[in-house]
Amino acid sequence: MTAQAMTNVGTPVSESFEPKIVGFLCNWCSYAGADKAGSSQTPYPPNVAVIRVMCSGRVDPQFILDAFHKGADGVMILACHPGDCHYKEGNQRAVQRYRILLGLLEQFGIEKERCKFDYVSAGEGEKFVRVITEMVDTVKGLGPLTLPVRAY
Amino acid sequence: MAQKPKLAMYWASSCGGCEIALVNLNEKLLDVDAHFDFMFCPCLLDTKISDIEALPDGSLAITLFNGAIRTSENEEMAHLLRRKSKLLIAFGSCSSKGGIPALSNLSSKSDHFGTIYLDNVSLDNPQGILPQTRTTAPEGELELPEFYERVRHLAEIVEVDYFIPGCPPEPHQIWNVVEALVQGAQLPPKGSTLGGGKSTVCNECAHRKENKTIKKFYRTYEIVPDRERCLLEQGIVCMGIATRDGCGALCPQVNMPCTGCYGPPEGVLDQGAKMLSALGSVLDIGSSKDLSDQQISGRIDAAIEGLPDFAGTCYKYSLAASLLGGKSR
Repeated sequence: MTAQAMTNVGTPVSESFEPKIVGFLCNWCSYAGADKAGSSQTPYPPNVAVIRVMCSGRVDPQFILDAFHKGADGVMILACHPGDCHYKEGNQRAVQRYRILLGLLEQFGIEKERCKFDYVSAGEGEKFVRVITEMVDTVKGLGPLTLPVRAY
Repeated sequence: MAQKPKLAMYWASSCGGCEIALVNLNEKLLDVDAHFDFMFCPCLLDTKISDIEALPDGSLAITLFNGAIRTSENEEMAHLLRRKSKLLIAFGSCSSKGGIPALSNLSSKSDHFGTIYLDNVSLDNPQGILPQTRTTAPEGELELPEFYERVRHLAEIVEVDYFIPGCPPEPHQIWNVVEALVQGAQLPPKGSTLGGGKSTVCNECAHRKENKTIKKFYRTYEIVPDRERCLLEQGIVCMGIATRDGCGALCPQVNMPCTGCYGPPEGVLDQGAKMLSALGSVLDIGSSKDLSDQQISGRIDAAIEGLPDFAGTCYKYSLAASLLGGKSR
């Protein structure tokens, strides 16, 4: 995958914060979608560190919390569209965990926009770029995440 | 007669239940006394802190430290007892993982002080007086321990040799540990958990486990559970599936869901995340094929409506040691 850095042209100085975002991408769909965006040389922000997983259902909520714990400002889980899971229902379990996680994050004072779940298929290179760009913009607007365990 | 090894037990931010659990050893307390000089325990004995300070470092063979670290006094005592003890054991949920006191990490110190001293119908504090660490009075300067922003567990402060989980630890498990120590048994590597299993409470629970799919969650007052079936399968949030065994599954045995006091099972970083993972897996919202994103989210949200306080339920005893550690600032 060739991730071409998006230039900061036109970005106000106050938005110079570059968020660190961890993206868990399903091997069968979103990772191929990201590859498609890369091979068609569509530029997208370089802030997302991609971790390829065999299924979005493999994304243990511990991984997400650990990413925040270790310094991520945002976490994304990109899955196959409903009904298209390579393992039948992994993406459904992933979205179910995600919806519960949102309630948990709120209680911990973490904006729900910092954790995003979306569906990106292997053919949706453009959607991948759009989702990533939106996420980076959103997290940039929110600023860095401060957790008590790191701040203390 | 050779001097018996010294045993100490201290409470930091705790309720005293851990001391009760020790006393619940009943007649075996005499055996403890036969093998140890039980010399410091503010709840049960009148030894003073100055007596501990006067001891040479490393004089205490074992210190059972219960309670979380809420104040500067708790922290001071943790350092003192670490220095004086050969084996420092985090005893109970609070010192191991933060316990109930660590639930306060979901609010800030100023929130707490606001509710406790300033903004409450039962208060009469027109001058808005808040506790100070130092106050000058006619008699001299008065000192209070500092109330920290966040509750911490013992291992965040000092090196801990072993952990004994439970709120409180079960007497038979305490005895197992004491017996192993008395007999000089080979102890597991430093930092291990003693007095508990490695699996989950489900392993010890006699309830019948069938198919785990849940359409709706119930709170305990909303349902009369089947006495034979797994409580989680009936839609009651039983933490057994994400909790270390060793207690004998006492709560589910009497149809009360496990609340997770033995902490996460061996190898689990974050008890709440594991519980969340389990709940997300067993939720049954029907087939999501051909549904829109919003429809799927709506169905899930309707199914999890019965989970009103996720952090309070799943991190009831382990919030200080959780990956997020408390409310983000």
